Amino acid sequence: MIPEIGHFALILALGVALIQAVVPLIGVWQQNTVMISLARRCAFLMALMLFVSFACLATSFLTNDFSVLYVAQNSNSHLPKIYQFCAIWGAHEGSLLLWVTLLGGWMCAVAWRSRNLPDEVVAQILSVLAMIAIGFLLLIVVTSNPFVRILPISPTDGRDLNALLQDPGLVSHPPMLYMGYVGFSVAFAFAITALLNKKFDAQWAAWTRPWTLTAWAFLTLGVVLGSAWAYRVLGWGGWWFWDPVENASFMPWLVGTALVHSLIVANKRNTFKAWTVLLAISAFSLSLVGTFLVRSGVLVSVHSFAVDAKRGTFILIFLSCVIISSLLLYAFRAPQVRDQRSFSWFSRESLMQGANLLLTACMLTVLLGTIYPLIIDALHIGKLSVGAPYFNAVFVPLITPLLLLLGLAPLIKWDEGDWMPVWQRYRWYLLVLICVAIAVPWWYAGTPKFGVTIGLLLSGWIILTTILRLRVADGKGGRVWRSISLNCLGMTLAHIGVAVCVLGVVLSQAFSLQREVAMSVGDSVSLGNYQFELMGFEQRDGPNYQAQEAHLRVYHHGKVLTTLLPEARTYSVQQMSLPKSAIDAGVFSDLYVVLGQPLNDTRWTMRIYFKPFVRWIWAGGFLMMLGGLIAAIGVSRKAKLLRQVAYAK
Amino acid sequence: MNAVRKRRLKVILLIMLSITIAVTLVLYALRSNINLYFTPSQVDITTMKKLVQFRMGGMVVDGSVHRDQNGLDVQFQLTDYKRNIAVKYHGLLPALFREGQGIVVQGHLDQDGKFVATQVLAKHDERYMPPEVVKKHDT
Repeated sequence: MIPEIGHFALILALGVALIQAVVPLIGVWQQNTVMISLARRCAFLMALMLFVSFACLATSFLTNDFSVLYVAQNSNSHLPKIYQFCAIWGAHEGSLLLWVTLLGGWMCAVAWRSRNLPDEVVAQILSVLAMIAIGFLLLIVVTSNPFVRILPISPTDGRDLNALLQDPGLVSHPPMLYMGYVGFSVAFAFAITALLNKKFDAQWAAWTRPWTLTAWAFLTLGVVLGSAWAYRVLGWGGWWFWDPVENASFMPWLVGTALVHSLIVANKRNTFKAWTVLLAISAFSLSLVGTFLVRSGVLVSVHSFAVDAKRGTFILIFLSCVIISSLLLYAFRAPQVRDQRSFSWFSRESLMQGANLLLTACMLTVLLGTIYPLIIDALHIGKLSVGAPYFNAVFVPLITPLLLLLGLAPLIKWDEGDWMPVWQRYRWYLLVLICVAIAVPWWYAGTPKFGVTIGLLLSGWIILTTILRLRVADGKGGRVWRSISLNCLGMTLAHIGVAVCVLGVVLSQAFSLQREVAMSVGDSVSLGNYQFELMGFEQRDGPNYQAQEAHLRVYHHGKVLTTLLPEARTYSVQQMSLPKSAIDAGVFSDLYVVLGQPLNDTRWTMRIYFKPFVRWIWAGGFLMMLGGLIAAIGVSRKAKLLRQVAYAK
Repeated sequence: MNAVRKRRLKVILLIMLSITIAVTLVLYALRSNINLYFTPSQVDITTMKKLVQFRMGGMVVDGSVHRDQNGLDVQFQLTDYKRNIAVKYHGLLPALFREGQGIVVQGHLDQDGKFVATQVLAKHDERYMPPEVVKKHDT
């Protein structure tokens, strides 16, 4: 009964979406307030329907209702409860349902938090969001319904969740990533509405900013969690593989970052407007491309699961509808947008424009590397793959000037910048920084390390300027810490986050150690200053797997540091064996052991890593996310205050 | 030509120039970092240039996996049901590597026509088979 309710709620939601997409637009056209006010009600109703549908699927999973095909394919009665719940988004159908349910949530938030916007604008925004929802709901109902039953003979138990997905990463990574993807739909809807009304003012940017910042913060968190998951589970000791699916989440992030910044300029300086709208459209389109690439199976990647061609075609059609129609609208309306204000070639505007272009260029190179194999395959020239060396080769030269700008731009004045005071204030700091950046890695490694020096220099530069910027002249020749707004605090945190992340990337790449060994019980190997001694093996039974657990004692300079327990698990239902790495995580370094294969009863191959500063990569990501959220709160408060002032007048 | 137009022209030329440089560099980076993909029967041992990196996908032949004493040197046969090619690899195999399993190896051919793999990729789906091999298997 419950799956049928879920299915029914889904169809109802589709009906509501159709009304929400069409009626408010007619209302705006005919100036009918009843029809306009319908938009908000529809949004709440649709969100409720989607929530009911999602809850029904969750119930089917948690009650082990294996008569539902999707549950039978992705769950098992022995699966721990938390994974039974998360198995909802473990495969195609459920993750689409999650996508559209989150869209319902964002829609609710827009309807609720936009009391101060003109009703017509809200109606149009909700109508655009409803059109997106129609596309996804059609996709679910027509091609990938998660509520399909296997009747009358239903299986007694399920096929179990893919073992790779049985990790805490599954709990948080997909929902956060989707929150970000879907959140960009709000920025997209704001942009389309602005194009429809031909109204791009600072006010429009002020409305859009908190939404975009929130979506960007979620996407950042999603990407970071995904990277940490890959590090833990894939057992290659890496944290980013330039896998097409990783790229699919990284491209909207790059454009989203550009969007967040160009919105600041649009809001404060009333310029960059057409560009901002284009970025908003691109960010959402790339989110859709991301969903398409992951779910259509056109790409060969670790994420490619079994796929169905019909779905791919449907997503492709939907994707082209969205992109083509929004770009056409942009092409017709954008020339009417004029930026009244001009600025000098050296000003905060121009530097931010440079950063925006660099971010866009980064996105385009990633996009090229990701779809190049598809194009070549489609043209029947051959089959090939683009490896990580390509991405590293093109990415580093683009990201280096970007980081320089990141440290510099906040110091320069709007409109008409002057580099002299900046140079006079920072030159001594800069000199010390350069000396430290050259000397420290040289002293540590014994040879000059060019890459590390550049990395230290860039991140030191960002941290230095971001913090020193907060000390301003007090008028008496000295300097005091200025009181900072939430907005400024958010920016400071996010920028320091970037620097921390860069430090983590550079240091972990440069000073990682790894060894592949075959060990018998009693053997001991050394890696850097650490010794690893294999004490023995133990059998362990998990809820849905058997594990062979190795006990490795780790010594640091001869003293016992810890015992690592890497496992080789065999999942009983799928007969799939997977290693479970053991990580001794620390602020400054990780020790990481992963089991390979047994050579005989007592001898195993294994891989041992020493990964310095690897946690800093994700810590930096968390700082960025935190900064984004704080800035979002700051910006929306400020917008509210401004409105109250306006009303008071 | 007035001053505004002159400035505009300069800006446009500058943009064109930088785009050209960027595209050239990117295409150059792309050219030297792509890996062509073949199945064993498409690999021509006699004519294929030695020491050129490429990727090869196929199924691991049952009973063909041989490890040496220290366990890190492995040899096995890769097949697309038309032709087998011997693969040598030094290092840890991925956990999902098994006989009869579809995998992708990256590396080059040596003088004897054996494939020296620098990387072995196993799919995270135990029912996976490279698409080209599926076609050959079915026909």
